[in-house]
Amino acid sequence: MTDADILATLTRVLRDLLSDQGIVLARSTARADVPNWDSFAYVNFIVAVEMELGVKFPLGEVESFATVGEIVDAIKALKGS
Amino acid sequence: MHAIGAGAFAFVTVKWLPPPIEFRARLEAANASADALERYDALAVLADHRLSFLETLQLDTALARVGQPSKSRFETIRLATLSSATIDHLQPPIRVAGLRRRLLIETYTGGLGLQRQELFEATSNLHAFGANAILLSFVAADFISALALGGGRAEADGVIANAVASASALWSKAKGTGAIVIQQSLLDTFPPVFGGFDALASNAPAHLVARLNLALADAAAQAGVLWLDVARASARDGLELWHDPVRWYQGKLEIAPQAAGVYGDLVARLIAAARGKSRKCLVLDLDNTLWGGVIGDDGIEGIELGQGSGVGEAHLALQRYAKTMKERGIVLAVCSKNDATIAEATFRDHPEMLLKREDIAVFTANWQDKATNLRAIAEKLNLGLDSLVFVDDNPAERAHIRQALPEVAVPELPRDPAHYVSCIADAGYFEAVSFTDEDRDRATHYAANINRETLQHQAGDMTTFLKQLEMSVVYGAARPVDISRVTQLINKTNQFNTTTVRRTEDEIKAFAADPANAVLHFRLVDRFGDNGIVSVMVAVPAEGKADALELVNWVMSCRVFGRELEYEALNILVERARARGITTIYADHIKTKKNVVLAGLFERLGFVRDDTTTAPETTRWRLAIDGYAPRSTQIHAKEQA
Repeated sequence: MTDADILATLTRVLRDLLSDQGIVLARSTARADVPNWDSFAYVNFIVAVEMELGVKFPLGEVESFATVGEIVDAIKALKGS
Repeated sequence: MHAIGAGAFAFVTVKWLPPPIEFRARLEAANASADALERYDALAVLADHRLSFLETLQLDTALARVGQPSKSRFETIRLATLSSATIDHLQPPIRVAGLRRRLLIETYTGGLGLQRQELFEATSNLHAFGANAILLSFVAADFISALALGGGRAEADGVIANAVASASALWSKAKGTGAIVIQQSLLDTFPPVFGGFDALASNAPAHLVARLNLALADAAAQAGVLWLDVARASARDGLELWHDPVRWYQGKLEIAPQAAGVYGDLVARLIAAARGKSRKCLVLDLDNTLWGGVIGDDGIEGIELGQGSGVGEAHLALQRYAKTMKERGIVLAVCSKNDATIAEATFRDHPEMLLKREDIAVFTANWQDKATNLRAIAEKLNLGLDSLVFVDDNPAERAHIRQALPEVAVPELPRDPAHYVSCIADAGYFEAVSFTDEDRDRATHYAANINRETLQHQAGDMTTFLKQLEMSVVYGAARPVDISRVTQLINKTNQFNTTTVRRTEDEIKAFAADPANAVLHFRLVDRFGDNGIVSVMVAVPAEGKADALELVNWVMSCRVFGRELEYEALNILVERARARGITTIYADHIKTKKNVVLAGLFERLGFVRDDTTTAPETTRWRLAIDGYAPRSTQIHAKEQA
């Protein structure tokens, strides 16, 4: 998976989750940049991404992602690509 | 409930539902409809699929956006959950699973670990919410964390006793609100301490959790509290699929989000069962379902059934499951594309057949389409299509029935017959909240009904038939032993049900305890056997009227329609009312889609219209006791000893 593929998946998941098709994610996007992406939606987002991509984020990473870019990097590392 | 996924990520799912087709397009179509009723219906159809975690959340959002529960045809339930763990993520799957059962579940979640405060403080948000179902859950550590491993057996006993006492206090407070109360079993998430010896060591966590669950379940049974058995479900699936340490440490989520879909279904099926919405009849296909192979082609020696082949044993296991369901009161039927003579001969002549012809209440083997046959089966049994579960190995037949008769539940059987039973059993179609004598004897009742039908054909006219039935009705006020059947009948009856107001056991107990009310039950016995308690009347002092009763519930089992029991029951009620100086009986008739059988009932019984109600779909009726002449019937009335 390329960065762009992963970013597209994350965008689709978050759009569906928040029922907001206007969301655009970039590597630099932080949670606070997206309306309604609160801590409850964040847990759901992480779980949905894990299920979509068949990965499992370690506890330490789940608690410390500052930007979408860090999530993309974590997925790449977990997928070994 | 079956793990799906490989390697890093496995999860449990509602495997008995078919996967959705074009979910996104169908969700958009549902959202686009301007009519709230249509939107609810379309979303309910979507809910009947094996949705992913994300799809479940999307559906829940769409449901919230309709936001006009009064415009749906679904019953609304207000469910409050009080828990020691984070449960927000469980609410969308509960609501979606409710929708699957045509229930609109509005949810409230109490503050984390504040079960006692929420229940005991009169001004709490819980009380403001006005729950009609309250679900309590704890984490096992709530009870056992303070117990030292080196403490003695007596200390362990004390922990159990304290847990039961504190749970009981919460239950009784919760029941005091009139809600259905549900206790969730405890998950054993503790690592082994000694190993196998944990089971033998009185203070080892595994030992304590097992004892706590048994003790709490016993107390719950005594208290009339329902039991949500997540411990059993997670033991079947594997604890790792239900409890994810990452989510626990991250935010105190005891039930993992990846198990939430199944969790929601467990909650919704229990509430649905308490509301009388569980299924009642198991309809079975024959070829490649009850046995391996095609009887018309392979012949009686050629089909695979019973000992000797693994596949044969798997099909036999399905027969055993069906037989067990019959013993607990589920009606069995057969619906097969087959030659009737050959199909019936298999039941009679194959030595390995566990199901016998007489186990099957309605046997349909012909070449008609199955939707027509299923309709006929429902009609013959006097059940709604939403009481049926249809089991067929053929995906095309399943798709056809889902399309033609969406009310019928059609489990998505896996290809391998080894998994047939767990697929049907895990779906929880027949979830029960009680097991009464009536359930135990239901199969006998159906057999007796066949004898009655034969007599009716022989007798020719109705009066002769009724006379030859030699009927008597045993009636009386509901005693403690009758409460669970009386409640069950009120909640399960949809046809002869004058108000369709459902009741909890506690409400019925309260009605029965007040001598100003009359809670009467009627047991009909005839020459072919005891039909059990088949009718119930609940009458209370009419509001704002002296010397008047209002019949707030009157139900009668469809099994005894056409026996004049409604006349005899009214004779009995009037006689009792008269003895108490009552002058008038009022009754509301609230029309539903299912109680059309009541059209004209109160007129036939001698009531007159009373125009004092404006409630929707409701007509009010009045009977003057003074002018009432008992109607003569073929039923001999006897008061219970």
